[in-house]
Amino acid sequence: AAMSRKRLQQLVDSLGRSAKHFNKREVECLVKLFDTLVAESSSRFAAVGFDRNMFRDTLHSAFGMTDDMIMDRVFHTFDRDNDSCISAVEWVEGLSVFLRGTLEERIKYCFEVYDLNGDGYISREEMFQMLKNSLLKQPSEEDPDEGIKDLVDIALKKMDYDHDGKLSFTDFEKAVRDENLLLEAFGPCLPDIK
Amino acid sequence: LQGGNPTATVIALCSMRDFNLAQETCQLAIRDIGCLEVLINLLDTEEIKCQIGSLKILKEISQNTLIRHAIADLGGLQIMVKILDSPDKDLKCLAAETIANVARFKRARRTVRQHGGIKRLVGLLECISAGSTGLTPYQAKDTEIARCGALALWSCSKSIKNKEAIRKAGGIPLLGRWLRCSHANILTPVVGTLQECASEPSYRLAIRTEGMIENLVKNLSSEHEELQMHCASAIFKCAEDKETRDLVRQHGGLQPLSVLLGNSENKELLAAVTGAIWKCAISGENVSKFREYKVIEALVGLLTDQPEEVLVNIVGALGECCQEPINRSIIRKCGGIPPLVKLLTGTDQALLVNVTKAVGACATEPENMMIIDRLDGVRLLWSLLKNPNPDVQASAAWAICPCIENAKDAGEMVRSFVGGLELIVNLLKSKNKEVLASVCAAITNIAKDEENLAVITDHGVVPLLSKLANTNNDKLRRHLAEAISHCCMWGSNRVTFGETKAVAPLVLYLKSNDPSVHRATAQALYQLSEEPNNCITMHENGVVKLLLAMVGSTDETLQEAAAGCIANIRRLALATEKAKYG
Repeated sequence: AAMSRKRLQQLVDSLGRSAKHFNKREVECLVKLFDTLVAESSSRFAAVGFDRNMFRDTLHSAFGMTDDMIMDRVFHTFDRDNDSCISAVEWVEGLSVFLRGTLEERIKYCFEVYDLNGDGYISREEMFQMLKNSLLKQPSEEDPDEGIKDLVDIALKKMDYDHDGKLSFTDFEKAVRDENLLLEAFGPCLPDIK
Repeated sequence: LQGGNPTATVIALCSMRDFNLAQETCQLAIRDIGCLEVLINLLDTEEIKCQIGSLKILKEISQNTLIRHAIADLGGLQIMVKILDSPDKDLKCLAAETIANVARFKRARRTVRQHGGIKRLVGLLECISAGSTGLTPYQAKDTEIARCGALALWSCSKSIKNKEAIRKAGGIPLLGRWLRCSHANILTPVVGTLQECASEPSYRLAIRTEGMIENLVKNLSSEHEELQMHCASAIFKCAEDKETRDLVRQHGGLQPLSVLLGNSENKELLAAVTGAIWKCAISGENVSKFREYKVIEALVGLLTDQPEEVLVNIVGALGECCQEPINRSIIRKCGGIPPLVKLLTGTDQALLVNVTKAVGACATEPENMMIIDRLDGVRLLWSLLKNPNPDVQASAAWAICPCIENAKDAGEMVRSFVGGLELIVNLLKSKNKEVLASVCAAITNIAKDEENLAVITDHGVVPLLSKLANTNNDKLRRHLAEAISHCCMWGSNRVTFGETKAVAPLVLYLKSNDPSVHRATAQALYQLSEEPNNCITMHENGVVKLLLAMVGSTDETLQEAAAGCIANIRRLALATEKAKYG
């Protein structure tokens, strides 16, 4: 069931304040979009919000994303209360950073995406996981894993400022501020410019 | 880089930048392992992050000459030009900056033009804020894009065809608009480009008419020496035109130029400043201002110990300042004559031309002439007549004239140069019109001394002068006629001039439009007409009608000479009649 007008108004008002990068009209549009997409889906959470699959479909159709693992992590970042469901509030606030975040906001966002186990560090193993499929050509004799391990070493060498073998948020932030291209170092998790 | 997807490639590209890309061994290693091809291939993809990462590396390593050539050979320039169309601002900037580095040799500059690069680079200069002039662009990013575009245009503008292409693409008004902003980092490449292009008259005209002189003058007072230098350089080139010289003065440009003479450490800056002063000094009003600002003294102070590029300009400036008689004394009073005379012993042709001119200008003051003579200056000038460069020969000969005019015992002095008279007479065999005119002028002065006139007659000056008579060049005609009239005053020279067929051509000179030619010719004809055979020749060539017109001239010398000549012809005619009919 769609929200009542009054409830919608209240929602839009509060989101207008918390999602800083959208104005009220834009928030209203996003909420309406949310309602439309939710109504279209067949999930049992339909009344409440996006589930994982629906969200992945949306990411794919609207933003051209294809990497399952990354999309999963994006879902996790949007889903603040960790209830495996994205509410309208989480939707709008997440999109605020996703579409229009400042560099600082996006650094935080990407780090959260890449920190697979949420322990505050991007570990070697996590990097390996994310970069697993990133080498397209391999000389046949060589163990394909070797190439990925080399790549992980290169990334660590570049970004691990405190030399503790893993990337803390401070490491990551510093690296990205030094070289903006590294923001999505471990996979595209922000919308493409195209 | 080769085997990865864009994510892996970006990581690799970023890491590569941690190598010391400024070091040659590193740059060449990149080339030798075939990495350059990979980097350029990455440019050809649609992956913006890869393109950016690759360009960041290429920009660094293209500081190396060998790498630049390699990038051009691999077709990198064409791709970079295409990238200039991208909507991504960072990408555009990087592409332009890399083009700026690579386009430092001729073939690369041509390639950029042939692939539409100039048009696109000029496009980068377009302000988003369209509209009235004088507005500072409101976005730092747009300034950055324009700055990178200007850098690339600067490199490209070293080729003449590119200068033309920039103009055709509407680059000049855009450069002019950016000239009005106040950020040195974009001003420098903009002025650099303008100054480079100012060798073309079309640019000089545009710089003047688009009001750019005012901004160039303003930036002479910038804190940035490189910017000051380019402004001075631009003024140096543009001041060939009188209107520009006036504009520089009107916008108060002469004072900052004078002040900059104090910075003698930066040689490039000093060369540009002294050059600007030199050309501005071609206008007399500017010379007066320079005198107020004590430029003469400053220039004399710089006459020693400077590189040749600077000396040429300093001496050129001093020469022009001598237009004002008082400056000739100032030069003497601050000890400028000895260093100038010393420079006559140098070998740089451009410098010698300027030095001889300056020394000649100084020699018009008898007090200066005493010093020049004492320092053996005239002998040095005379030996420059042996210099293989005709510009030097001519300039030396011109300078010799006032020396002879103003020296004490000039005749004696000239005679003292062993082989000197023979040398100068033989220069009448030169093919260069300026040399001929100047030598004739010198001979006019030499011939005022009877003994010397006898000597040059012996050296065959008369037939040599006659040989030159058939000319349309007014400058030569004038000095030749003067020389002839003075050389008539010895022995049978008048007869010889007639025999060597000098007379008839001279009559034709009277048809010129130049009053100084009329005067010199009339005097020559008057002298020649003392010899009857010459009268007959002149009369046969219709001289009387031409001279009659000149008898009414306001120039008294011309009147007298014309009348005297006609009188001689008439006298001969009457005598002939009397002899015939009794």
